[in-house]
Amino acid sequence: MKKLSSNSLNMVSVLSGIAVLAAFTLSFVYSITKVPIHNSQTFKLESAIRAVLPPFDHFDSKPVEMLDGVEAMKVYKAYNKNNTFVGAAVEATSNNGYKGPINVLVGFDKQGVIVDYVVLDQNETPGLGSKMMNWFKTRRGNQNIVGKNPSIANLSVNKDGGEVDAITSATISSRAFLFAIRNAYFAFESNFETTSGISTIQADTTHKMLKEKIFKVNNVEKKGEKQ
Amino acid sequence: MKDSKFKILVNGLITENPIFVLTLGMCPTLATTTSAINGMSMGLATLFVLVGSNVVVSMLKNIIPDKVRIPAYVVVIATFVSVVEMLIHAYFPALYESLGIFIPLIVVNCIVLGRAEAFASRNTVFRSALDGIGMGLGFTLALTLLGVARELLGTGKAFGFIVFPDQYCALIFVLAPGAFIVLGYLIAMMNKLKRPKQLKV
Repeated sequence: MKKLSSNSLNMVSVLSGIAVLAAFTLSFVYSITKVPIHNSQTFKLESAIRAVLPPFDHFDSKPVEMLDGVEAMKVYKAYNKNNTFVGAAVEATSNNGYKGPINVLVGFDKQGVIVDYVVLDQNETPGLGSKMMNWFKTRRGNQNIVGKNPSIANLSVNKDGGEVDAITSATISSRAFLFAIRNAYFAFESNFETTSGISTIQADTTHKMLKEKIFKVNNVEKKGEKQ
Repeated sequence: MKDSKFKILVNGLITENPIFVLTLGMCPTLATTTSAINGMSMGLATLFVLVGSNVVVSMLKNIIPDKVRIPAYVVVIATFVSVVEMLIHAYFPALYESLGIFIPLIVVNCIVLGRAEAFASRNTVFRSALDGIGMGLGFTLALTLLGVARELLGTGKAFGFIVFPDQYCALIFVLAPGAFIVLGYLIAMMNKLKRPKQLKV
C-alpha cells in the first residue's frame, strides 16, 4: 500500500480521524475506571480515618469544611453505635513545607487529645523532612505529640519556644507539620463547640479567640525564621 | 538489511539500551528511581506505552501523511499514556501515589517518540511490537538496577526489605545527586562489559 500524499484533505482527515479514535478509547477506559478510582479514594480516606481514631462505628462521610485563609480543613466526626460522639478526624494542610504543601489527617478524641495522625501528602526531602510520618509518634525525647492536648501543650518546635523536638536538620518541615496539627485542632475545637449547643454568636467568638491564639504562635514562628 | 527477530529484542535490552547506550528519557530515569519498586513500575508503564504505540504506529504508517506524522504519533502515545494513568489510578492506588506526576511525563519521553519515528514507522507490526518489548525491557532493567542501587545505598533496603541497618547508609543516594552518581557508574560498567565484544567484531 502506497503512503498517502501530504495534501490538506488527507492531513486534516487522517489527523481528525486519529483524534476521534483516541477520544473514544479514552472515554471508554474512563468509564470503566471511574468507579474503581472513586472507590479507592474513599477507601483510602476511610482507612486513614480508622487509623487515627479510637474504634468507632460510623462517621459523617460529608465533612464539615472550614476555610482558614487559603487552607481548607475538613472535619470528619465519628460516632459509636448509639450515636455518641467518639472523636473527630481533621484533615488540615500547611503551605509552609520545604517543598510544597503538607497534608495531614489528625484524630482527636472527645477531649481534644491527639490519638494518632497520618501524613496524607508531603513532598519533603526523603530521609529528612519525610521522617515526619513516624517522628512525631515516636516516644523519644520530646518528639512525641500523640496523647497530647494542643490546648494545654504548646505544640511548636522548641526553637520557637514550643515543647516539641523538631526533626534533626528538618526544622522547616517540622514547623510546617506542627502548624498543620495546630490548625487541625483549631478546626476541631471550633466545631466541637458549635455542635455542643452553643449559639452561633458564641461559637463565633470562640472561633475568633482560638484564631488569635493560633496567630500568636505563628507570629512567634515568623520571628524565629528571620533570626 | 533486516535484523533477526531475536536481534531486535536483544538490541533494546543491551546493545542499544535506551538508558545506558542511547541515554534517552533521563527525566523519569533520574526522578522516579528513588526505590527499586518505583523504578520497576515506571519501567513497566513505559514498556506498555512503548509496545502499544509501536504497534499502532506501524499499523497506521501507510495512512498517515508524512507531514502530520509527528502530531499523529503524539496523539497515539498520549492516548496510551492516559490509559495507563487511569488504569494505575484505579487498580494500584499506592503506586499512583508515588508515580503520579511522572506518568503523564511518559508522553514526552523521547524513547517512545523516538522508537515510533525510527523503527515502527518503517517496520511490520510484529517487528515493531518486538522492538517495543525489547526497548521497554531494557528501560525497565535500567530503571530497576538504578532503583535497587539507590535504595540499597541510601536506605539499606532492597524492594522494601531491610538488608542492613540504616545508620550505615548514605542519604545522598536517595537525593538527586545520587541519581547522577549511580547512573554514571552504571553506564561506565555497561561500557566496560560491552567493549571486548566490540573489539572482536
